[in-house]
Amino acid sequence: MSKRVKLRIWRGDSKTGALKDVEVEANEGEVVLDVIHRVQATQMGDLAVRWNCKAGKCGSCSMEINGKPRLACMTQVANFEEGETITITPLRAFPVIKDLVTDVSFNYKKAMEVDSFTPPAGLKAGEVRMAQVDVERSQEFRKCIECFLCQDTCHVIRDHEENKKSFAGPRFFIRLAELDMHPLDILKNRKQKAQAEHGLGMCNITKCCTEVCPEHIKITDNAIIPMKERVVDVKYDPVRWLGSKIRKREGIV
Amino acid sequence: MALLDSKVEETGVFSAGRALLTDKTLRTDRWWLQPLITFTVLILFVIYATFRAFENKNYFAEPLISPFYSPCLSTVCVEGAAHFGSPIGSITLFGLLISPALFILIFPLGFRMTCYYYRKAYYRSFWMSPPACAVAEPHKKYTGETRAPLILQNGHRWFFYAGLVLNIILTYDAIIAFKNEEGEWGHMSVGTLVLLANATLLWLYSASCHTCRHTLGGRLKTFSKHPIRYKAWTIVSKLNHYHPNFAWVSLFGVALTDLYVRQVASGAITNFYFF
Repeated sequence: MSKRVKLRIWRGDSKTGALKDVEVEANEGEVVLDVIHRVQATQMGDLAVRWNCKAGKCGSCSMEINGKPRLACMTQVANFEEGETITITPLRAFPVIKDLVTDVSFNYKKAMEVDSFTPPAGLKAGEVRMAQVDVERSQEFRKCIECFLCQDTCHVIRDHEENKKSFAGPRFFIRLAELDMHPLDILKNRKQKAQAEHGLGMCNITKCCTEVCPEHIKITDNAIIPMKERVVDVKYDPVRWLGSKIRKREGIV
Repeated sequence: MALLDSKVEETGVFSAGRALLTDKTLRTDRWWLQPLITFTVLILFVIYATFRAFENKNYFAEPLISPFYSPCLSTVCVEGAAHFGSPIGSITLFGLLISPALFILIFPLGFRMTCYYYRKAYYRSFWMSPPACAVAEPHKKYTGETRAPLILQNGHRWFFYAGLVLNIILTYDAIIAFKNEEGEWGHMSVGTLVLLANATLLWLYSASCHTCRHTLGGRLKTFSKHPIRYKAWTIVSKLNHYHPNFAWVSLFGVALTDLYVRQVASGAITNFYFF
């Protein structure tokens, strides 16, 4: 059974653009990406949209649907009211290239700024066996599909372009947490760098990143806040600072 | 379809290069409702707590003491309320006597102000930074918690420790509420249950705290070397999921406990004894 749905799709580039109204058929069970493809096939042949797996695992079809950062392939048309106009726009934290496609290269630059996994020197493959309890925290963060919805919704850069220089964003805070919690990562100053270079202190815990994550990673509770607490351990807690000087170790292993 | 006017600004969602949309948000749901409710409830609590902190009376009715005034450490505390002596004495400022509540409330206030959950709540509802997800905030500049005064949020753990001490004291208050008005043990009243519920909710709020989670085990790199701390961390992690609920319920609990003691102390109601 199909029905007609009203869409309002943003068309344009970095210099000009507008919302265009269009009506299209939607079949039962279809998602927003399906109807965008139907619009592309029948009415707007040059509509630019980035997509790949259509299964919520590649993170390509990130866009804003009725103002909310979402994956188009994971947003059911049936979730909208009968007769409701569905407004579809590109991610608003990043420069637009064309129509629904944005330039997310900011994120790849930030990825390169994160120090890579640093195991002990000379450690050979297969030499270490890790217990599941020691890696399960990091494994949660490995579910990230890099859709960058968390980056898009984070007001630190969404509402303040100038902060992009000094703020890595929630996606990279989970990367930092993943590495800092990894039992074999021995880089000593990851916490200090998180604060000084990646802008962890700019996060004010408003949890929007967690709200939009399609993988349901608890970004704030399990990554950002634990990293903030680890930063407090090394920067703002004189008792622990003194303990680390006396016991000659950075933290508890 | 109308071509939207260019509304390019230096920063924010209207920054150059971003999709040229005129609205600060395109959300169609009632995104403003949650911050409005939070704002209203917190303001009502602040008004009530301020009134009670300065009222400086009706906070003790043997054996019940209001959590706003416990521990009462001043010489101006009403008779029987100073369970831990009067080390602070009495302090006057500009000729006005400082209420004993003011010496105490700074600790739970600091604990809640720096709490990771309340930060989300009041940054959204009071400071609108942001008011809701994907709704543009009104501020031109933003530096987060990197400089004074917000860098002081990093002191949350010190307020957490102080909160634990207060929890112990409020638990003691609940235990001595098993006395009757003549100071004899083995009795229980509605006030006993009220104080017990208040202490329980405060313990749950503290135990589910993110700092508690970090201190007990979160800071460890290798859980398998610390099985007891890992177990503690897993329990607190489960509680931590409900931290926002405990934050609200314990806030209401403190206010309602104080209100009950006030009503008993003022003679408006009688503290009913079960036995």
